[in-house]
Amino acid sequence: MSVLASTAAQAIEFAAEAELNADDAKATAGASSAGFAYGLAAIGPGIGIGYLVGQAVQAMARQPESAGQVQTTMFLGIAFTEALALIGFVVFILLKFA
Amino acid sequence: MFALFAAEEGGGGGLQFPPISNLVEWPNYFGDGTIFAFNKIGLISMLALLIPTGMFLLSKKELVPRGLQNIVEGAVEFVDKQVIQSAIGPDGRKYMPLLLSIFLFVFFGNIFEVIPTFQMPANARMANPIILALTAWAMFIAVGVKAQGFSGFMKSSLFPPGVPKALYLLVTPIEFLSTFLLRPFGLAVRLFANMLAGHILLVTFGVLCIALWQKSALAIVLPFSFATLVGLTGFEVMVSLIQAFVFSLLTAVYISLSLNPHH
Repeated sequence: MSVLASTAAQAIEFAAEAELNADDAKATAGASSAGFAYGLAAIGPGIGIGYLVGQAVQAMARQPESAGQVQTTMFLGIAFTEALALIGFVVFILLKFA
Repeated sequence: MFALFAAEEGGGGGLQFPPISNLVEWPNYFGDGTIFAFNKIGLISMLALLIPTGMFLLSKKELVPRGLQNIVEGAVEFVDKQVIQSAIGPDGRKYMPLLLSIFLFVFFGNIFEVIPTFQMPANARMANPIILALTAWAMFIAVGVKAQGFSGFMKSSLFPPGVPKALYLLVTPIEFLSTFLLRPFGLAVRLFANMLAGHILLVTFGVLCIALWQKSALAIVLPFSFATLVGLTGFEVMVSLIQAFVFSLLTAVYISLSLNPHH
């Protein structure tokens, strides 16, 4: 009887340890994949915003009289492009802290 | 560098980044557990509501503006020129109250990020941006229904002209998703994530400066780190303004798309 009880206690202990390790593993995987998530999400919008602002500067240099309109459209484009990187940042927060 | 900290402290401690809940969650001032619970976010939101209102009420209406009236008129003129005239056109003047309120509320909610003793943007909690985004969402739907009628608005937003009939099977769900779900989601997440990212950035450099201050050997890099912190604070002021501008501009663009669908 006592052997059975001690075996059960050991099994519970093992299970608790395994659960702890699983939590640790999950936290480690979450932390490392969080960095990848944000890094990968930043590539596309980075290229996109660079291209967008470059073209806007070119347009403003060619036609300075339409600079105001180009600037507004540029901010709109940046807002839409940047949204992808920001969603990546939210995913980073969720993976790292939630 | 961090390994050096750890070695000096004997393995533990060193540069401790606070958990995220310490950065964005604030204790209640009063009303714990009731619906009247009031914390720092509520205080900042109230101030963001009251400061612009007070500015408008206190400024004198003279022909030649002086002092406070200059700032108020500057704000109105900025929203009129940069947001309304460039996105909607001359007939968008009647949306001035909504767009100006959104602009000023978002800006004053954001600017508390760099004001000492507050140091927290109200829009870094999802509650504020989501309500603002839902307001914009309800507004552009209402404007569209009023301008084109319900079926006309649905037709112009779900069935864009110039697409082959068979493709509507594919286009309509995408248009529905992007117009009615992704627009408010994008508005809210853009503001929220920008402000949260800026807040975390400032906290990171603040924590780094404090950690360097306590270490005699590494204090030599403290000036650089502190200069970066000051520069980033200026950058965050700019981000606050740009996010307020972008939020009101996107609301205006959505309203104008509801008004004239074929542009």
